[in-house]
This record gives sequence, structure tokens and C-alpha cells, in this order.
Amino acid sequence: MYKIVTRKNLNPTVVQMEIEAPLVARKAKAGQFIILRVDEEGERIPLTVAGVDRDAGTVKIIFQIVGATTTLLSHKQAGDAIRDFVGPLGKPTALDGLRRVCIVGGGVGCAIALPIAEALHEMGAEVTSIIGFRNRDLLILENEFRAVSSKLCVMTDDGSYGEKGNVTVPLKALLDAGEPFDEIITIGPLIMMKFVTLTAKPYGVPVTASMNPIMIDGTGMCGGCRLTLNVNGKRVTKFACVDGPDFNAYEIDFDEAMSRGRAYQDFERHAYESICNLLNKEVR
Amino acid sequence: MPNMSLKRNPMPAQDAKVRSRNFDEVALGYTEEMAIDEAARCLGCKTMPCVDGCPVKIHIPAFIAKIREGDFEGAYQIITESSSLPAVCGRVCPQETQCEARCVRGIKGESVGIGRLERFVADYHNTFATLPPVKPTPNGHKVAVVGAGPSGLTCAGDLAKRGYAVTVYEALHVAGGVLVYGIPEFRLPKRIVAKEVETLEALGVKIETNVVIGKTLTVDELFDMGFEAVFIGSGAGLPSFMGIPGESLKGVYSANEFLTRSNLMKAYRTDAQTPIMKGGRVAVVGGGNVAMDAARTALRLGAEKVYIVYRRSLDELPARREEVEHAMEEGIEFCLLSNPVEILGFENPDDPRDARCGSVRGMRCVKMELGEPDAKGRRRPIAIEGSEFEMELNTVVMSIGTSPNPLIKSTTEGLETNERGGIIVNEAGLTTRHAVYAGGDAVTGAATVISAMGAGKTAARAIDEYLSK
Repeated sequence: MYKIVTRKNLNPTVVQMEIEAPLVARKAKAGQFIILRVDEEGERIPLTVAGVDRDAGTVKIIFQIVGATTTLLSHKQAGDAIRDFVGPLGKPTALDGLRRVCIVGGGVGCAIALPIAEALHEMGAEVTSIIGFRNRDLLILENEFRAVSSKLCVMTDDGSYGEKGNVTVPLKALLDAGEPFDEIITIGPLIMMKFVTLTAKPYGVPVTASMNPIMIDGTGMCGGCRLTLNVNGKRVTKFACVDGPDFNAYEIDFDEAMSRGRAYQDFERHAYESICNLLNKEVR
Repeated sequence: MPNMSLKRNPMPAQDAKVRSRNFDEVALGYTEEMAIDEAARCLGCKTMPCVDGCPVKIHIPAFIAKIREGDFEGAYQIITESSSLPAVCGRVCPQETQCEARCVRGIKGESVGIGRLERFVADYHNTFATLPPVKPTPNGHKVAVVGAGPSGLTCAGDLAKRGYAVTVYEALHVAGGVLVYGIPEFRLPKRIVAKEVETLEALGVKIETNVVIGKTLTVDELFDMGFEAVFIGSGAGLPSFMGIPGESLKGVYSANEFLTRSNLMKAYRTDAQTPIMKGGRVAVVGGGNVAMDAARTALRLGAEKVYIVYRRSLDELPARREEVEHAMEEGIEFCLLSNPVEILGFENPDDPRDARCGSVRGMRCVKMELGEPDAKGRRRPIAIEGSEFEMELNTVVMSIGTSPNPLIKSTTEGLETNERGGIIVNEAGLTTRHAVYAGGDAVTGAATVISAMGAGKTAARAIDEYLSK
């Protein structure tokens, strides 16, 4: 069992936890992920590491309540424990040699982008961060980003906070202004990462996207997390769990990844509803 | 006087119609009477050809003699001298090509049902034995085992019996490896695996789940932690795909994923939290045991129709004969001498938001004929021009093999692999790294449970020799 040391809501649907997992904490680097199971009957879900405290032996996870498992997890309190917690999995984000980087995060993806921004800041790179949310209520980690970024743009879809619009708006403006980014690192919804990639393409700036596909074992056994890259005109199958989760965004077939991500939509909705009903009953 | 019947006692089994819709075990096992009667067919040959055919060298005539005397526990003790997982081997070993293939009774008539007897003895012990196994005296040496599958558990068991303090590191949340994620419940119930693991724990084997060697810890760190030798049994790795269009459509699985969802993640139960595509028309591409397992699982999950699509003919099917027969009895259709060329997806030009878009609707295959034998002696299948045909499908399961897991190799300096990614070992299981041994699918690529167990056993012997110097 793995103890939940702290738990807090970052916004009504996003929860942050620190989990006691010393072996994982000792090794985890920005960009890597863990897999957890809430209880004996639970499914395995991957979550990207949002930070570690090596001294305390804890790993920070930040997740959005979107389905059955994240709902169950969100009902756990500090002091409770979860059944399984394994990692760190995947390759760390490659940061060596980067000096000027633009981080583009969307929604809960910002939680994963933050440790990368922090690592870059720590190694002396100049970080520009663009973070986007649907509205003001869903905003997370603004101060944390501000602390490590030389420039921060906060975007909301409805304009209820920061600037109104998509993350691609300030990205394009910065690129137009001739910002000499070595690389753009984007993490968030697939559709956002696709458009970040399309926006950056004319400027020839390398883009890395962090993929978060459906996964089971996370160690290169099941193949469920496969995605297709277009490499020099050839379609190549890669596995996010061992080859990723970061990939050259120009090569990713985002449309296929979006389609695969919806494979179990119906099942997920039913599972989510039944879990909610169950939890409501318990509350009553 | 031996029982001279030419036929062996048949294995009681669930009726094909009934079992094809449930996940209960297909074979039901011998009764005591059947076991004693079958044991009496053994001639107790002095030369013991059967033992030569056994990768772990079980003293077969000796344990069968005990059954004949009605001393089932005695028979169990003889088996466990050589095998750490008798209830598993009795179920999934291909005895017909191993011990039973060498049985003298098989020259004229059917060989002794050695596998069935082994299973009977193990089940008898697991049901009735009350005494825990005797813990051996510790010899003061520590060994780490990577992977709690057949090779790792065998290696751990053999070393524990010799007094070693063994810790097994398992990446998944439960021990058993392919025995729990791959082989389905109806062929190997999970409680049987759990029981065998418990027996090993009672011998003193420590099992640490949720530790990925190569990620959470490296092989070098294991030595820093005081382990004097390491056995790598990390198993099969990335599933292979054919490289044809449509393999990323929704409804295309690797056999590993399909079976893992159903077995390990219990998707076969209605209350499971892990989803799986159920029902409809399913094709499993491939002809090995894993393909049979996937096809029979699909049927039990409620498929209307299940096909095995294989590019050679029935004679070349690599699966065990018994599994093929079971699959046929259950109504699985064999689409032989056929090879997929494209998986077809559903499209709706009028409404691209149609939820069915991007899902499998069928598969285009080409008919094959067999040409000259290849290097392995199997006749090479050749596509017949203009013979393409389409199958209407909802799910396609690719069961065409795996390549060894890359995680350990990439984090262990000096550990060499062959061109297919398999870890290179000598005949004792020693890798190119000092005190690091390996066996099972991590070395050979996808093979059988018993060959993995044999490799675990060989390595245990070598580790024991190395550490007792």
C-alpha cells in the first residue's frame, strides 16, 4: 500500500496528492509517469509525475476528475492509502542543451508541464510559459509557473482570466516577434497539441509533445499505448510507455491518437456514472 | 500387473457448448480412481525415457509409482524435488511433445497421461495438504530475481530450497507473469497460480510487486543492495504487428493487450473497471497457443463469431494439438492459408463525428499457397495473386509474437543481446555480465512456460555453483 501524505484541490475538478513511494521519488525525472491502482479491483491508470520530494520520499500527482478511477481516487483523503503505485516509467523529457524554451500547457496538462519548466529554470534556461484553461475557475499553478518563467501568458477560452483565446494566439505572436526558441514543449489535450504543432511549423522551431494514451502495464508489454509517427514519409509504430511519452510533435499522427483515445468512451461514461451513484449512496 | 489398456483414461471436461460461454476451467481433472488406474499403465521403465523429455527432469516413474500405491502426497513430494510449479505444469506443459512423446506405451497405443497425473497430484496436495513446506536453513547468500513469471518463480523456488534468501521483483501488481496476464482462467485458474506463489512464499521467497527493474531499480543497484547474483526473467516484450494499414484502428488489439485486459484486469467479469471490446465478429491473426487463448477468450466474452486467420495450413499450426481441438470443438472457425493485407475502418463522410468512425469494420486478406520449405523446414506461404477477399469484423487481435523487453538491456551496461533483442546467455544461463543470469522469453523470445521454467532451473543450479565456491 502507498500512503497519501497530502491532498488538496487545485480547483473543483483537479486534485493534487503527494504519495509516499520512496523508490519512485528517488528516480523520477520531469516527463516520466507512474501507474496506479486505487484498490484491489481497480484499473491501472497512468499519471505523469508532477514533482518529487526526494528527502520525504514522496511523489506528487495532479489529476483531473474525469472518470471512474479518478473519481474514486479523489475521494481518498490524506492518511488513506492506495493499492499500487509503480514507476518511474517512460523516458524523462530531454532537456540537455536547451537554453530558450517555450512551454505550452493546457488544462491539467500544466501540472505535467510545470516540473519541466522548473527543471529548465534550474539549469539556467530561459523559460517562456503559455498556459491555457477553459475559464478562471479551472486555472491552476499560475504562481508556480510565474516563479520559473521569464514570461508567462495565461489564456482562458472565455476571457474570464488572463487573455481570451487559445494558447496558439500568444505562441504565434511570440514566433512572429522573432523569439529565438530552441524548442517548444507542449502538454495538454491532443487537439491543443496538434494546433500548437501546426502553429509552430512555419517557423521551423522543434516541438516536443508529451503523449498520454490509454495504457495497461506501462512497461512495454501490452502495446495498447501505440501511436503512429510519420518519419520521412514512412509510418512507424511506437509505444508511448517505453519509446515516449515525449515525441517529435511534427511526426505524430494526432488524429489517429484522438480516435484511439475515444475507444472506450461509452464504457467510461457508464463506469463513471455507476461509481458516482455508488459514492452518492455512501454519502447518504 | 500393469494396466495394459492401449487407451489412456480420458480427461473429464466441460461440454464444449457450455464451456464456450463461461470462464470456468475446461479440463476438470482425474478422480482418485482414474489416477490410480492411469498410473497402473506406467511400466516403470528402468531407462526412464520420459524423464529425458522433461525440461525440469521430474522423476516421473517414481511419482507415478506413488500414485499407484495411493500415496498422493508422496507423489507430490517427488514432483516438487524437481518442479516448483506442479499444478501449473500439469495444465499448460506440452507433454505430448515432451515426456509423453518418449513414453514406451506410446509406441503401441497411447502414452501414459503423465501431465494429467501431475495435475492430479498437485491439485490433491493443494486441496488436502495441511503442513507448510519445511523452510530450509539459510545459507547466508542473497539472490535477486527479476520477474515473477515461470522462469523467475522456478529459479526463486529452486534457490530458496537450497537456503538462499531470494527476493523476486515484479513490475505488475501481482506475481505470476504470463500465468496471470496471458493464460486465461479457463485453462489455468488464477487461484492455482496464487496457491503456487503462496507455497514459494512459505519457503521464504520474498516477492516485491510494483518494482520495474531497469526503471525503479537497476541491475547494478541490486548488487549495491547486497545481492550476490541476479536472475533476469523479464519475459516477453513489445507485441509485434504486421505493418499493414489499419492496425491502429479502434478494435485492433495485440494478443497481449486483449488477454491482459481479460485476465489480469478481469475484464471478463461484468463488474470490471477495465473495458474490453466484447461481442460482434472477431478475428485472431496467428496460429500459436496465444492465438488459441485469445480466440477462445473472445468467444467467452460473447463474440458471435470467432475466426483464427493463419497463413499456413492446419499441419503447420504451431499451437498444441489439444488447444486447436478444443478451439474447434467450441466453434472457432479456422480461416487457413489466409493472410491479412489491410484492416478496414468504418468511415462516414456525411458525419465525421459518427462515434463508429475509426473503428474496425473488416479485414482484407489474401489466399496463400505453400511453397518450398524455409530454413526452419516449414513450407513458405506465398500469396495467390487476385485471391483477395474481405471479412466483416468488429475486432482484430494480432497474435504474431513479441520481441524481448528493452527496459533492462537499455539500463544495464555490459548486458549483450542478439539481433532480435534476446539476452545472450551461455548454456548455464550466464549473461555477458558477471553474476547476472537470464532465462525464459527475455532470452528466447516467445516460447513455452515449461522451457522458461527449465531455463530458471538451469540458472538456479549455475547460481548455486557460483555462490558455493
